[in-house]
Amino acid sequence: MFYRETGQYKTDYAADMALFPIRQDRIGIALILIIAFVVIPLTMSSFTLSAVMIPVLIFSLAAIGLNLLTGYTGLISLGTAGFMGVGAYACYKFTTWFPGVNIIVLILASGFVAAAVGAVFGLPSLRIKGFYLTVATLAAQFFLSWCFVRLPWLVNYNISNAIEVPTRTILDIPVTGPNATPVTRYLVVLSIVVFMTWIASNLVRGRIGRSWMAVRDMDIAAELIGIRLYRTKLLAFAVSSYYCGVAGALMVFLWLGAAEADSFNINQSFIILFMVIIGGLGSLIGSFFGAIFIWGLPILLRSAPEFFGVSIAAATVEHIQYMVVGALIIFFLIVEPHGLARLWQIAKQKLRMWPFPY
Amino acid sequence: MDLLYKIFIDPFVQMGGAPDLLIQTLWEGLVSGVLYALIALGFVLIFKASGVFNFAQGIMVVFAALTLVGLHSKGVPAFLALALTIGVMLVLAFGVERLMLRPLVNQPDIILFMATFGLTYFLIGLGEIIFGGEPKVMITSELYLPKGALEWKVFGGFVSFQKIDIAAAIIASLMVATLAVFFQKTRIGRALRAVADSHKAALSVGISLEQIWVIVWFAAGIVALATGIMWGARSDVSFALQILALKALPVLILGGFTSIPGAIVGGIIIGVGEKLGEFYWGPLLGSGIESWLAYMIALVFLLFRPQGLFGERIIERI
Repeated sequence: MFYRETGQYKTDYAADMALFPIRQDRIGIALILIIAFVVIPLTMSSFTLSAVMIPVLIFSLAAIGLNLLTGYTGLISLGTAGFMGVGAYACYKFTTWFPGVNIIVLILASGFVAAAVGAVFGLPSLRIKGFYLTVATLAAQFFLSWCFVRLPWLVNYNISNAIEVPTRTILDIPVTGPNATPVTRYLVVLSIVVFMTWIASNLVRGRIGRSWMAVRDMDIAAELIGIRLYRTKLLAFAVSSYYCGVAGALMVFLWLGAAEADSFNINQSFIILFMVIIGGLGSLIGSFFGAIFIWGLPILLRSAPEFFGVSIAAATVEHIQYMVVGALIIFFLIVEPHGLARLWQIAKQKLRMWPFPY
Repeated sequence: MDLLYKIFIDPFVQMGGAPDLLIQTLWEGLVSGVLYALIALGFVLIFKASGVFNFAQGIMVVFAALTLVGLHSKGVPAFLALALTIGVMLVLAFGVERLMLRPLVNQPDIILFMATFGLTYFLIGLGEIIFGGEPKVMITSELYLPKGALEWKVFGGFVSFQKIDIAAAIIASLMVATLAVFFQKTRIGRALRAVADSHKAALSVGISLEQIWVIVWFAAGIVALATGIMWGARSDVSFALQILALKALPVLILGGFTSIPGAIVGGIIIGVGEKLGEFYWGPLLGSGIESWLAYMIALVFLLFRPQGLFGERIIERI
């Protein structure tokens, strides 16, 4: 009733293949974009913008990257944070080498370094599969973490051994560095994330995405119908690392403002993996849901006891948070292995059928 | 030239020049290898018998050790605490089976793997709430574990062997022997292997999945407890051990996921390789290479033998 395609005729192939074939979807996405670009920057406080909105967007991007690899191609990776780190450090080196170039170009370019590194660590996928490959990606994580700590060249021999983000401007408005306002940073991050999500959604709907899904569903059958497995898997590693690399660069330059090697440790990889699982494997919108959920849950848990007038020590809250996240992961896997994205689909289906039960 | 000399010649000159140091390094490697192997053993047990890649084995080690030390510090006598800890591991096995595995029967492997991630986080939180996050000292003397070191004069130097390490090696080999016999010779062992091959087929010939799962998780819990005691005796009992447990993963891919001897041999190769690499080649790269060397050894190895040393070769037919 509310959500029905009746009467919307498609008269050519382009309309049939459109990203949002249903009018209600187009209106919905336009509304979301207007809220995201106009309403949120106008209404939200700077604190909420920089402590909630920016990290959620950045983690969504990283989760999309991992989802392309794990959800679409079926290769589990535990090295996500390592590739994010490569993007961040590459971007830092780029800003030192090319101080005059637009920072957004540099951020997008640093993704290519991460893509190259990702493809190198994807090489074992030519020989090994499944859990063996999962463990192999840990090699990437530990090796890259070690590089971030041990190679002072990466941070231009800073004594603090950390990236210090320089101030860079676009049209005389500071975008990075201490002078950048949360609103500008939010808008830049949002634009990049929206743009890259759009690219990703076209990628997974097209030839490349279909070959990824074929490899995921049954690699031997995919090979039989003429998909070159190695090339497809390596491409998945490269594209996934590109997304993670850009997310890492955004994380350091537009959110944290400074970063140590510790920001890219293995726990970060796990957290992004949780976002992908809870959000939904093989779903782009699920990556956003997962990031919102995992990032929002601790905030909720912290404020809930205060709301009920109970005071709990901060450390205890953190422990409870671990337990709740753990229990929720198991709960989700049992109740809805396809994650929050599946719930979203069900809701849409219900709206379409309303007022009939099925 | 100089670099090549440093990589290929110099370490061996050092080894030849100070054989006592070499022996000491080898021994250290052997001991840490045995400890890695013990964790890997817990993984293998569960993987072999249920096809679940149990990421939570590391935290189970910490949890078991914490429970033992925590109970003792509450005034429970050491051996009663040991028995109670075994009881806790049994309860954990029942809980995991009832609340996690049973609802997930017949899900793809990746889902079960993710569920053990959830279990890991849950146990971290639970352990910290009950016992606190600060490091604790393992109750070695109360359990009559040997202390101190044996010294051996050799090649004009001293080599010292910690007695606890020797005990760890002996206990590990006993445990492996028992498990091997258990898997190969007993009725339950056969049932375990049947379940590993196919849940459905095992169910259809009347094997109770629930029972098998409780048994393997309990066995893995016992292995975790033994590992926790040994490891805790060498350093403190703390959540940092959990990161060390990740070292068991390269051991697994080296040895093959389904092989108990593989876990042991893999553990020793990784342990010795890692210590030798760190001691003789580490300074060239600015040290700390221990954190990834094990993974690199395993990776290089996999390029030549993808199924690991003793793993079952997967033959795919169409």
